[in-house]
Amino acid sequence: MVHQVLFIVFGLICVAGAINLLLQRHPINSALSLVVVMASLALIYLLLGAEFVAAIQVIVYAGAIMVLFVFVIMLLNAGEEERTRGSRVALILGVPGVIILAATVGWLLVTGSGQLGSVTIASSDFGETHAIARLLFKDFLLPFEITSVLILIAIMGAVVLGKRES
Amino acid sequence: MDITTFIIAAVIKIALVVFIMLTGVAYTTWLERKLIGRIQNRWGPTRVGPFGLLQPLADGIKFILKEDLLPDYVHKGLFILAPMLALIMSLISIAVIPFGETITIAGHTTALQISGIIQAGGGISDINIGLLIILGVTSIGVYGVALAGWSSNSKYSLLGSLRASAQMISYELALGLSLVGILLLSGSLSLREIVQTQIQGSVDHPWLGFLPHWYIFPQIIGFFIYLLAAYAETNRIPFDMPEAETELVAGYHTEYSSMKFAMFFMAEYVNMFTVACLATLLFFGGWHGPQLAFLPPLLQSLLPVGYFALKVFFFIFLYIWIRGTLPRFRYDQLMAFGWKFLLPLAIANIIVTSLIVAWRA
Repeated sequence: MVHQVLFIVFGLICVAGAINLLLQRHPINSALSLVVVMASLALIYLLLGAEFVAAIQVIVYAGAIMVLFVFVIMLLNAGEEERTRGSRVALILGVPGVIILAATVGWLLVTGSGQLGSVTIASSDFGETHAIARLLFKDFLLPFEITSVLILIAIMGAVVLGKRES
Repeated sequence: MDITTFIIAAVIKIALVVFIMLTGVAYTTWLERKLIGRIQNRWGPTRVGPFGLLQPLADGIKFILKEDLLPDYVHKGLFILAPMLALIMSLISIAVIPFGETITIAGHTTALQISGIIQAGGGISDINIGLLIILGVTSIGVYGVALAGWSSNSKYSLLGSLRASAQMISYELALGLSLVGILLLSGSLSLREIVQTQIQGSVDHPWLGFLPHWYIFPQIIGFFIYLLAAYAETNRIPFDMPEAETELVAGYHTEYSSMKFAMFFMAEYVNMFTVACLATLLFFGGWHGPQLAFLPPLLQSLLPVGYFALKVFFFIFLYIWIRGTLPRFRYDQLMAFGWKFLLPLAIANIIVTSLIVAWRA
């Protein structure tokens, strides 16, 4: 019961933040809306019992990446954006597309709600740091290490590209 | 424990901890002015009350009664949001800090921690990622400083907040890495469990046979990295570049007045307390200390909290002492120090610690 109420609250905040991100004209407001989206996502993870992922979501996305976004917006002193009339293609194709998508999802949810079933969590240590560490450093060690090498290459590439001017 | 008792206990604990914390903050400003005064061979506050003890109260009244200026051309929403964000984020991290074991009042046993609950079996359940929550909340706190400087629409504020953000992002790395050694030794992210391993270790196998099993001894390098990085995180001298008054007037809070300024001030001091609490829990055995068997039971159950407070006070004292002793770094020195010295040292510390842990296992 409490879980459901909290889920609805944070889900609504998340969606509201995402819509606000699109509607705001000032880049810093958009960036801050994105922070709200990420923080409420973290809280939804927490409700699912994935504490470690929730904390990492806050530290990495809301705390590090978005701070850099805000930092860059502040440094460039980006002003308000102009509002365009919008493209005609988006109007002709987009609006019917959204209506069709919403109708399909709604119809599926209404008709198929009996068949959705429930999900059971496999083990008691689901979402705990130990369980995630075991997966990362035992079962999926090679993909994990390759990903980290990939990120390292990306960082080095960024440094090289950034230094080329001088 | 049913839900009503839980909520009542939680509300009482929150109110009590916030009250003690803010009183502590107020009297830390008094202590700071007094100590800095003595260090600089003058008296410090003496006029309000005996030894100037009512000075924080007078300051508080002054902050509330001052006119709350809203300068022209500021980004209004963010200008108001920023100090609140800074203060709230600094206060949230107190929620996961344990102050002691348990306390029993009128038949109700409760954990000495806002987020700690008593399990059915009698054990204390702690939030098992306490340390990560503190790191996460601290990293959100950067927004308060960054937005304050930007929304003020003033060059001094903007420069101050750019410095502050850069400094906090840079030192967060060294800060986080300096704690990995502790995590390797204790095998847990729960603050309560980290303290328990230290207390249990002191009973089972003290260092060199007589020293308590505190992690300061094997992690002395990690401790110094933590201390330096934490000073930079809290924007205190010798790393107070964001508010360097000789260069930037007051940095990111130049344009703030009245309670909004006070909020930044309080946030800074609450952050000092968080850093001190964390250092106590991770490196100095938390509430661990000698048991005094001759005391009455209630005092005995409060004794660990006393030890905890004493250790936290030591770190607060250290903060003030260093402020009275060291000059400010230059900005490039600060960045070079963080990235070229602290970060590699922290990584080396992790490698050596993990090698030793692996060899012992």
